[in-house]
Amino acid sequence: METGGTITFSEEQTDLLEMAENFCRDKSPIDRVRALMEDELGYDTQVWQQVADLGWLAIAIPEAYGGVGLGLAEVVPVVEQMGRRMMAGPFVSTTLAVQALLVGGTEVQKQAILPELAAGACATLALSEDNGDWDLENVAACASGGGAEILLSGVKTLVADALAAKWILVSLLYEGRPRIAILDTSTLEEGAFRRETLIDETKRSYQFSLNGIKIEKDDFLDFDHTRETFDHIHLAAALLISAEMCGGARSVIDYTVEYLQTRKQFGKVIGSYQALKHPIVDAHIGYEQARSHLYSAASNFTRQGEGEISTRMAKAQAGDAFSYAADRAIQFHGGFGFTYDCDAQLYRRRSIWAENMWGDVIYHRKKLADLLL
Amino acid sequence: MTAPSKVELEGYRADVSAWLKENRPPVPDFILPLTFMEVGTDAQFDYLRDWQHKCYEAGYVGASWPVEYGGGGMHQSFQSVAAREMAAQNVPIMLNAIGLNWAGPLLLDIGCEADQARYLKGILTAEDIWCQGFSEPDHGSDLGNAQTKADRDGDEYVINGSKIWTTHGSFAKYMILLARTDAEAASKYRGLSFFLMPMCIDGVETVPIKKLTGEHGFTQTFFTDARIPAKCLMGEENAGWGVAMRTLEYERGARSGQGNSYTMSTPDFSRIFELAKTVMREGRPAVEDPVIRDKLVQFMIEARAIELNSQRQNISPLIQDSPQSLPLQWKLAWSEFILRLNEFAISLQGTKGAYYLGEPDAVDGGSWHRGYLNAFSATIGGGTSQIQRNIIGEHVLNLPKS
Repeated sequence: METGGTITFSEEQTDLLEMAENFCRDKSPIDRVRALMEDELGYDTQVWQQVADLGWLAIAIPEAYGGVGLGLAEVVPVVEQMGRRMMAGPFVSTTLAVQALLVGGTEVQKQAILPELAAGACATLALSEDNGDWDLENVAACASGGGAEILLSGVKTLVADALAAKWILVSLLYEGRPRIAILDTSTLEEGAFRRETLIDETKRSYQFSLNGIKIEKDDFLDFDHTRETFDHIHLAAALLISAEMCGGARSVIDYTVEYLQTRKQFGKVIGSYQALKHPIVDAHIGYEQARSHLYSAASNFTRQGEGEISTRMAKAQAGDAFSYAADRAIQFHGGFGFTYDCDAQLYRRRSIWAENMWGDVIYHRKKLADLLL
Repeated sequence: MTAPSKVELEGYRADVSAWLKENRPPVPDFILPLTFMEVGTDAQFDYLRDWQHKCYEAGYVGASWPVEYGGGGMHQSFQSVAAREMAAQNVPIMLNAIGLNWAGPLLLDIGCEADQARYLKGILTAEDIWCQGFSEPDHGSDLGNAQTKADRDGDEYVINGSKIWTTHGSFAKYMILLARTDAEAASKYRGLSFFLMPMCIDGVETVPIKKLTGEHGFTQTFFTDARIPAKCLMGEENAGWGVAMRTLEYERGARSGQGNSYTMSTPDFSRIFELAKTVMREGRPAVEDPVIRDKLVQFMIEARAIELNSQRQNISPLIQDSPQSLPLQWKLAWSEFILRLNEFAISLQGTKGAYYLGEPDAVDGGSWHRGYLNAFSATIGGGTSQIQRNIIGEHVLNLPKS
């Protein structure tokens, strides 16, 4: 039968997994998650500093730019554990900005920016627009004019963690083609960002009005690698969101199983009823399969062809597994599940958010059909 | 024994691969069983017994079993490589599945030396076919309630009762048998004992069962005052439940043992693609239909997940919280997958999906229909899928018993 991909797991990954598991559990208990939902910035800057001190932002940055010199395969266990504890912060957005720079940045940009990002500065991506399209090359925002001053116009949406970011990578139509430019947020005027209301209240994203912003030609990433950069961002994002989703699926199953082990109705613990037991087992199996796909994608991410296949499979399987587990979690908590106090809603909201970021299940399966059939 | 290097394993795989290509038996003029549970005719049996014997002579059956008992004495990973390569080349299956995957590993794990010397080699050569006597007509999923009796009488046990779904029943020389030695025991589980039972003796009768496919495959086995030597008892008297559970763990993939032989062939995805390319839907090949494409991709994702699970279960940092989770879900995931894949292959055939075995115009000789109906043997046998969910719920998620 057609199979592919091999899971490998290094000592570095083992150490990072264990460290992240302990760190995220300790720093992001559920009452802290709920408290930060009320916070404007949305994450704990002290914890973020500790993340930076641990060197996790430097994991996938080459040593030449002040990083550790590993890859996304080593970032995956960290993001999985962050997702498991719904730990807020600009880790994924910054990591994706790093990936964009690594593939598409000029040498000057890499040398100027990557060492700061390795040390804990934040960056993010401004790629989405009102069209709601997951295709990153469907860009309407414009950059016009030549020479020293290039004028931007248009609105980007779902710019994650923009308030924390020192740099923003923006996709723009320039001379008729989608390009990526990097903006220093300290040059932006007040009011450039409008916070969006998201279904996942632990997340922060913003609409970003580009109107009136001026850039220089040197602010563009390398034109020769634009297509490659879009492709890489898309897959890197799918990989990391899959990791977040796997962590979330694990947690929501644990949360629900605990309820099924203790809640009694009709004189029996409800987890003894097969109408509840069998679906939660199915959710667990879905999660385990998603986790295997995730670590296969992590292991094969850099392989030509196989990297894309395994990553899209990971996102598709994680989407199905997380959505099902979180949906059933609400249902199996009964009346309590219908309340804001029940954590099931947090996971279901997270799963809907994650499903709609970087391509949903049907989108990735469509891409897989074109790759495999 | 130290684990071999990747290079050694790759070299071995290349040897197996080359040998299989050279020695693959000619395609017979009858349909070959896809799994060991489907052997129904003498012609199928003889063909597969010869094939296993030939693979054994080449060293590719029991590669990891001890040399003194006819094995290859190599590290277990070589045997896994051989089995995987057989599956990859989709050659005919190894016939003596109960012996290779259950009775043999059991003997190697907990058997006495005399029994090991007596039984193991015959399992590998396919000289001695084994069957399993667990389920009874009235006790399928509730195995612990087995009522077939084994009464001690001097140096013998006297067996009375009946077992059902005996794979290879009419071909077998030995049976692993679970029987009740103490009807008065405080718990139903405590009155059971485990036997290595000879089949070719007075008082043992096998009657073929006609399966839902219309073929024969299993037998019902009747015991009428069948007398066996007391030394056929394996382990302690009344401690048979634990032995049977160990055997079922091999079956459910929860305990690897020394089994890991190639006894079930995997459906050939390329044939499903071929089908999707040739069958027409509204004037176009079915493979161009977006819904069909999505289905195909879903099956590929699922097939790969099952394969990846079996890789991940050997990576300890990735299974720490619940090491039994992945092994315990293999049987459920795999058997349900095979069932639905065969069902989908039938649905792809358009009007020809109505044909069946024996119809000359049936797609692939009707093998998808047969595969689908036979696939229920795995979703029902060895503990139904519903029982499997109870087991996972109770042993992995620690939910209370139903």
